Amino acid sequence: MRFLGAIATALLVVGAVGAAEIPLAERRSGYSFMKPDTKTMQDDDTANPGMLWVLNGETLWNRKTSAADKACADCHGNARASMKGVAARYPAFDKATGRPIDLEQRINSCRTNHQQATPLPFESRELLSLTAFVARQSQGAPIETGADPQLAPFVAKGRELYMQRQGQLNLGCANCHDDNWDKRLAGAAITQGHPTGYPLYRLEWQSLGSLQRRLRACITGIRAQAHDYGAPELVELELYLMSRARGMAMEAPAVRP
Amino acid sequence: MASALINVPAKAKRGDIIEIKTLMSHIMESGYRHKASGEAVPRDIITSFTCHFNGAEIFRADLFPAIAANPFFSFFTTATESGKFEFEWIGDKGFSETASASISVE
Repeated sequence: MRFLGAIATALLVVGAVGAAEIPLAERRSGYSFMKPDTKTMQDDDTANPGMLWVLNGETLWNRKTSAADKACADCHGNARASMKGVAARYPAFDKATGRPIDLEQRINSCRTNHQQATPLPFESRELLSLTAFVARQSQGAPIETGADPQLAPFVAKGRELYMQRQGQLNLGCANCHDDNWDKRLAGAAITQGHPTGYPLYRLEWQSLGSLQRRLRACITGIRAQAHDYGAPELVELELYLMSRARGMAMEAPAVRP
Repeated sequence: MASALINVPAKAKRGDIIEIKTLMSHIMESGYRHKASGEAVPRDIITSFTCHFNGAEIFRADLFPAIAANPFFSFFTTATESGKFEFEWIGDKGFSETASASISVE
């Protein structure tokens, strides 16, 4: 505990220097911070546990559901063509609500409006599987999120949240992920926080998880009150992080320690 | 969503050493954890994995609570003849899954 306290104090001192954005040439995916064995696990589709969810997602994509008796495939056809590059543009602007929505929320709005099905709970196997299957079709594609000018005010709000110090440790995301990404925290690499591989398989979770789950864990880590799943703040943070990672290659489903 | 990912080369030359990789979806609940209410979460793990080639057992593993979720196995064998690999996972709560893959050996 005293050790962690010392780290927190050290971060506070360093953080006071102020957050500077990472130059484009120095942007690094969390992948580059990993050990070779974890990299191998991600790169090999038959060793990457995230592929289990992708496989399940493909089944769900083709399964007819609920009142409308429609499958995703009935409108969108073959996901390998129709969903290519789509996840690299999310969160995207939703005309109906006038707000950005992330990929999970898009899948659920599609279920509600077009399939007359109940929305799937956040972090449920089904929702993670469908998201992973859709995101897998963008593997290797450059992230383009935030290109839509309607998103600008929401990107700005997300950036504000990213910079905002909060919680008992009085830390903002930027204090670690902009200012100290080349250092370590209790033995683990502090990464730059580019969400290139979500949904991703975390060895710590023993499961696939969404970017919102990761953000909530980070917010709890600085001892602040985490926003609920689907909260506008989380989506704005996702939006800012994805637009901050613009140009980087999608890796979903990634593996992280 | 029990499902397996199997990687067996489709072709091999006689005498080649080939690698077989399997990944099985399973939570591997250790039985040592408790819920917030204090109740123990019952153990739910895969206990045994076997691989048969043309009916003969070529690989077997016993699994224990310390093994992580979604167990991954990689092992090697010598390609002797064309045939079929049959994989079987057995575990708690009546868990039983099978998968198979064929290889042609020249």
